[in-house]
Amino acid sequence: MDTPKSGEFAHIGKSVVIKGELSGSEDLYVDGQVEGTIELRNNSLIVGPNGNVKANVSAKGVVVQGKVEGTVNATERVELRKSAVVNGDVITQRISMEEGAFFKGKIDIQKEPGKAAPVAS
Amino acid sequence: MALVSENVMKLFRGSGQSSAPVVPQKLNRRSSGMAEISRLLNSQEALCVLDLGSTSASNIQFLTEKGHKNYSEDLLRASLDPTLRVKDEAGNWATDGKRFLDENLTYGNALFDIVLCWNLPDYMEESLVKPAVDRLWSVMKPGGLLLAFFHTRDAGPDAPCYRFHITATDMLEMQEIKLPAVNRKDDKNSLRLQRVFNNRHIENLFRDFASIKFFLARDNIREVLVVR
Repeated sequence: MDTPKSGEFAHIGKSVVIKGELSGSEDLYVDGQVEGTIELRNNSLIVGPNGNVKANVSAKGVVVQGKVEGTVNATERVELRKSAVVNGDVITQRISMEEGAFFKGKIDIQKEPGKAAPVAS
Repeated sequence: MALVSENVMKLFRGSGQSSAPVVPQKLNRRSSGMAEISRLLNSQEALCVLDLGSTSASNIQFLTEKGHKNYSEDLLRASLDPTLRVKDEAGNWATDGKRFLDENLTYGNALFDIVLCWNLPDYMEESLVKPAVDRLWSVMKPGGLLLAFFHTRDAGPDAPCYRFHITATDMLEMQEIKLPAVNRKDDKNSLRLQRVFNNRHIENLFRDFASIKFFLARDNIREVLVVR
């Protein structure tokens, strides 16, 4: 999941600043600033390389290339790319992390029933 | 013509302007202290572990697969935050230890069963070391274990600073840490040993803890396993 083609994701560009509650039922790409909460229960969030999110995030999947400050709760998986800077707790079933990613906080792996919790580098 | 000459120059420069980051090579090191920690991690469930080294996917994998709670905090990187440098009353540059502790190691009392300190005390600024160890004492459970590595004098001031990756055995994988430009005090991107602790210094550093055990290694490192 790199920069998505327009149309696949709702897109918040790098010059956009949003403060407040963001919720939706489609996938979201954030390359700007968001402060508040992001709630995408059955959809995915990508924080682009210029993205700066200060929010508690709930989504199905979360990919971070930029900065996130807040609790990330992903029902399926979280991916931290090499440029990711995450300050906050991560609650998910699976997490993958690239060399160079920065993480400060707690990782709480919620196991799928009957399965181990895989983590890939 | 200009394009042709540029391409010829690229040929001579080899791969040209490759933006691929250089990943430091991984080295292996057997660790008696880690062997003891591993025994605990393998024999008990749902332990609370604080890893104070650079973010490591291997450590997160190892700990979470065994059902332990993993907290990660790169304390050395946090201590190098340039905004912590302030002028004291005499006009000298100093590190703001109060703000450092306000922003880091902010956990409830008696939370952690295991703290992986790695080689942090050797590379962190001296004024921050004792306050950080005192804070660790308060966030650890009684009976909890702390693992730290200290260089001997023979290691020399340029002994590389490593990040440590846990494996399933007593073997640790190590990768040299290169500083990001924002954290550098000079043009060097390697961390330097700030001091060498002798055994007495180490005992003083952990004097509030219940017991301390030393493991001597061949690579100019003393491993220290401390019980809270």
